[in-house]
Amino acid sequence: MKVEMTVNGEAVTAEVEPRTLLVFFLREHLGLTGTKIGCETTSCGACTVLLDGESVKSCTVLAVQAEGRAITTIEGLGAIGDLHPVQEAFRENHGLQCGYCTPGMVMATVSLLAEFDDLDEAGVRENLEGNLCRCTGYHNIVASVLAASAAQHATRAGA
Amino acid sequence: MIPAAFDYVRAGSLDEALERLAASEGEAKVLAAGHSLLPLMKLRFANPPLLIDIGPLTELSYVREAGEEVAIGALTRHHDLANSAELAELAPLLAHAAGKVGDPQVRHRGTIGGSLVHGDPASDLPAVVLALGGSLVLASSAGERVVAAGEFFTGFLETALAEDELLVEVRVPRQVGGWGFEKFTRRAQDWAIVGVAVGGTAGGVGVALVNMGTTPLRASATEARLAAGAGAEQAAAVADEGCEPISDLNASGEYRRHLARVLTARALRSAGY
Repeated sequence: MKVEMTVNGEAVTAEVEPRTLLVFFLREHLGLTGTKIGCETTSCGACTVLLDGESVKSCTVLAVQAEGRAITTIEGLGAIGDLHPVQEAFRENHGLQCGYCTPGMVMATVSLLAEFDDLDEAGVRENLEGNLCRCTGYHNIVASVLAASAAQHATRAGA
Repeated sequence: MIPAAFDYVRAGSLDEALERLAASEGEAKVLAAGHSLLPLMKLRFANPPLLIDIGPLTELSYVREAGEEVAIGALTRHHDLANSAELAELAPLLAHAAGKVGDPQVRHRGTIGGSLVHGDPASDLPAVVLALGGSLVLASSAGERVVAAGEFFTGFLETALAEDELLVEVRVPRQVGGWGFEKFTRRAQDWAIVGVAVGGTAGGVGVALVNMGTTPLRASATEARLAAGAGAEQAAAVADEGCEPISDLNASGEYRRHLARVLTARALRSAGY
């Protein structure tokens, strides 16, 4: 079946089986392997991408369900030397251990900051409930998100 | 995990979806966001040969006042329910519970209609709609019928929805007075081991339980005690009466009964009892 969508700002057209999950479409058809496959059961959040700007778990979205929609993956956020502010906050605060959950954590955070301004720690922990870190490295992940939120708030307040 | 192969059609309108559903003679499954259906298909518990995708039918996403009721389009997402100022005013129990389903990513996709027709007794929203004495509008190519929530959930993952029918709207009475919602989970995003929804309407206060049997259940004995003037503790002491909760890896049936009593007391206190 033909599917058309926008991925990281670029129009994409492809022929897929209807059962193709969005995460496999991104990784195997488009070669965007930044998005990770973890549990494949909508639990761990490693496969989190943005669908029209909102976080979703791409293991539980069919590629054909993304028809006409805009997908953003970790590759679409920033690049080495030009990191997205959330990526920068994770780097500054060492918000990772093995790194496997990191793309999903970052994408969930981008969605979270689009919805909320000036989060506190409880708000961060509650709203990151959809992303699991098997290293249990939550302390620095939460610190990273808080730093990104504070930076966003400062930028907005100064604007 | 990848589902078995299936054919896929994207419905351009509700009428088209209903026609295709009727023509499939029970073979097709309706796909909303798929947050209940796709996991079943990945596990091969469900292998529908045809999916009819109604996801793009944005006309089925709304919250609006309808007399003494609130009408909610079947494709309204949990995220939209949780952030609806109108729902927060008219049916705050439903708005609150929708904000507690799964996690933010799930709430960005999952719909109230998809959750209800899945008929999982461990899901939150079926018990909420049951507690409020809501009803479901089922459409087919032959017309519409309205089924009370109390008659909709017929068994584990089974509902009164006929093969050629599609849930188009959920209606709940406008809430009156206090309300409460409690659920106990092992991890934040998990299904409830047990949950309780308490909500008052013009018809009286409803108390419904999550995951205490094969369907969402009214805590009838608790409701009767409340109607007779009992306080939270006394009414909650019989919350598990008539329930046959399962024992599984998460909890024994006896533990679930205990949780039902404790959580019902908490929810009733939140509701002002």
